[in-house]
Amino acid sequence: MFNKTVCLAAFAFIGAFGLAGPAAADDAMAPMDVHWSFEGPFGHYDQEQLQRGYKVYREVCSSCHAMNQIAFRNLGDPGAPFYDPKYPNSNDNPKVKAIAADYKVSDVDGDSGDVIKRPATSADYFPSPYANNAAAANANGGAVPPDMSLLVKAREGGAAYIYSVVAKDGVMTPPHGMIVPAGRYYDPYKSGGVIAMPPPLVAGKVTYDDKTPASVDQEARDVSAFLQWAADPKMEERKQTGLAVMIFLIVFTGLLYASYRKIWSDVGH
Amino acid sequence: MSHPSTYEPKTGIERWLDSRLPIVRFGADLMSYPTPRNLNYWYTFGGILSFCLAVQIITGIVLAMHYDASGAGAFMSVERGIMRDVNYGWLIRGVHANGASMFFVAVYLHIMRGIYYGSYKAPREVLWLLGCVIYVLMMATAFMGYVLPWGQMSFWGAKVITNLIGALPLVGKPITTLLWGGFSVDDPTLNRFFSLHYLLPFVIAAVVALHIWALHVPGNNNPTGVNVKSDNDTVAFHPFYTVKDGFAIGLFMIMFAVFVFYLPDALGKADNAIPANPLVTPAHIVPEWYLLPFYAILRAIPDKLLGVLALAGSIGMLFALPWLDTSKVKSMRYRPTARLYFFIWIAATCVLGWCGSQEPDGKLFGIESFNFIDYPIMSVTWASRIAALYYFSFFGIMLFLGLSETPLPVPDSLYTPVLKTPVAAPAE
Repeated sequence: MFNKTVCLAAFAFIGAFGLAGPAAADDAMAPMDVHWSFEGPFGHYDQEQLQRGYKVYREVCSSCHAMNQIAFRNLGDPGAPFYDPKYPNSNDNPKVKAIAADYKVSDVDGDSGDVIKRPATSADYFPSPYANNAAAANANGGAVPPDMSLLVKAREGGAAYIYSVVAKDGVMTPPHGMIVPAGRYYDPYKSGGVIAMPPPLVAGKVTYDDKTPASVDQEARDVSAFLQWAADPKMEERKQTGLAVMIFLIVFTGLLYASYRKIWSDVGH
Repeated sequence: MSHPSTYEPKTGIERWLDSRLPIVRFGADLMSYPTPRNLNYWYTFGGILSFCLAVQIITGIVLAMHYDASGAGAFMSVERGIMRDVNYGWLIRGVHANGASMFFVAVYLHIMRGIYYGSYKAPREVLWLLGCVIYVLMMATAFMGYVLPWGQMSFWGAKVITNLIGALPLVGKPITTLLWGGFSVDDPTLNRFFSLHYLLPFVIAAVVALHIWALHVPGNNNPTGVNVKSDNDTVAFHPFYTVKDGFAIGLFMIMFAVFVFYLPDALGKADNAIPANPLVTPAHIVPEWYLLPFYAILRAIPDKLLGVLALAGSIGMLFALPWLDTSKVKSMRYRPTARLYFFIWIAATCVLGWCGSQEPDGKLFGIESFNFIDYPIMSVTWASRIAALYYFSFFGIMLFLGLSETPLPVPDSLYTPVLKTPVAAPAE
């Protein structure tokens, strides 16, 4: 009786508080149910999708959103959008180099000491579109566009939340009687129902290199997947390591159980 | 150690060392420690907890090598440095962050086992008190560790908890200022929390050593609560319990690994992936799951100072338990009434934990109701008030129940129930 009851209680405890997520008193709509390639214990990133998603980030999001935890070289790491097994050192990856060279970063000239702009290298981090938070707020009606490196982990609902916000906000009308302030937009997925970001995507806003038709839904899926990678770049390594660890632990625990049975076999207990 | 030593040095070096520093004898005596033969799996959590402490200390030392304890650098050193750039940093941090939760899962089951089988009763009161001290140190360590990544929940959690101390009359404000190292939670707070977070685990390790010492003097309690009466009641700790504990640790590691590799953020809060910002308060400030019942007790009381005292009292009750429980029978196996109250107590604690995770004015079952003492009757706050009332009443019940209840017959020896079970063949 003790065993069963306490086991149940323990699981209920972990279940209720660990996994239940945010407090129930929330007026936000649940994010849409989206199927992702990275779901589940064997989930992996779809590299072509990440490349398309990067293009959406580059051409749409990056004009307002920084991504300050990510270096260009990270784009060429295993599991990343531009990983190429020919370049184990991602700094050498020509695609990564080309992407970096497209950006300008601040530096100090070693001879004159002047602050200069130079083309970025693979080792540089993505530069912020604004000089500082005050400039970012000033350009966006008082709201600072959040950094995107960890955005998926920083929002309940993760990638599905991002997808819901960028795919659907533009086509949804606020409920009757709700007043959305000027310079703000209706967003039912957010607590409070109002977001400062205008609906960012329109069909055909980017031209995909792989000729995938660029519908709003496609762009939203791709950029959400890219942001999932940005927030969790080690996911593939983590899940692959996890599989090996689980197999080892199950075999090891099985052996321990066999030893336990053997050692206790002629001892009453 | 209290049991007679059976170690005999066999070589010249061992004899030489044994008369100077009998460390080999010490280890051998730990291994030959006579342990009741009827300990069930609920008794494996001591070993599991030692494993947890070792894991936390080892991963923590490595994390500290890569961590920058400054308001400007802490978040980046964790999320960019450790999670992205340090080799296997994601794994080390995943083990450390989830390891804290695993540690608490194990300690809660360990405490429940202690209460159920009456392990705090004479002659094991000091053993129990040391365990309570470890639990309090664990909570302090976990709280300060949660502050270190310097995310929104780290910062605001630190603010809420340190502010509690400010509710104490006279000494509250100066202590808070001392804790903060200034007049609000800021860089100096983070620095002293980091320092203390590194120190306390070693204090815990020292108290664990005392806890094990205090265990080895009277010896283990067991599921019957009947004292060991002859050598036939016990087996050597090694190999019998090393292998049983080892198997339990294996199972525990499997559950642990599921979280680390497949649900690494499930026990955390999304808000902590946002860098600390003193100007933006998160919508819901909630502590980690293992502190939620106490958070609910705190919020249940309308007065701040009384709330803090109730919070402290809820843990203080555990310290007093050996003297509150008046029953001469240790194990609740033979105390059906006490057992019932105990299970309700577990349930009440779970209800408190759930309440702690919710908004205080959240409606129960969606029912509209009238206000009474600040909150509607059918609200989370009233649920926590009732659960908290039971939480405290339980200790009073233990006081009176021990005097009034009629326990079931207790076996003559801990080995008697073993002999009755058909599968077990008597040893020797």
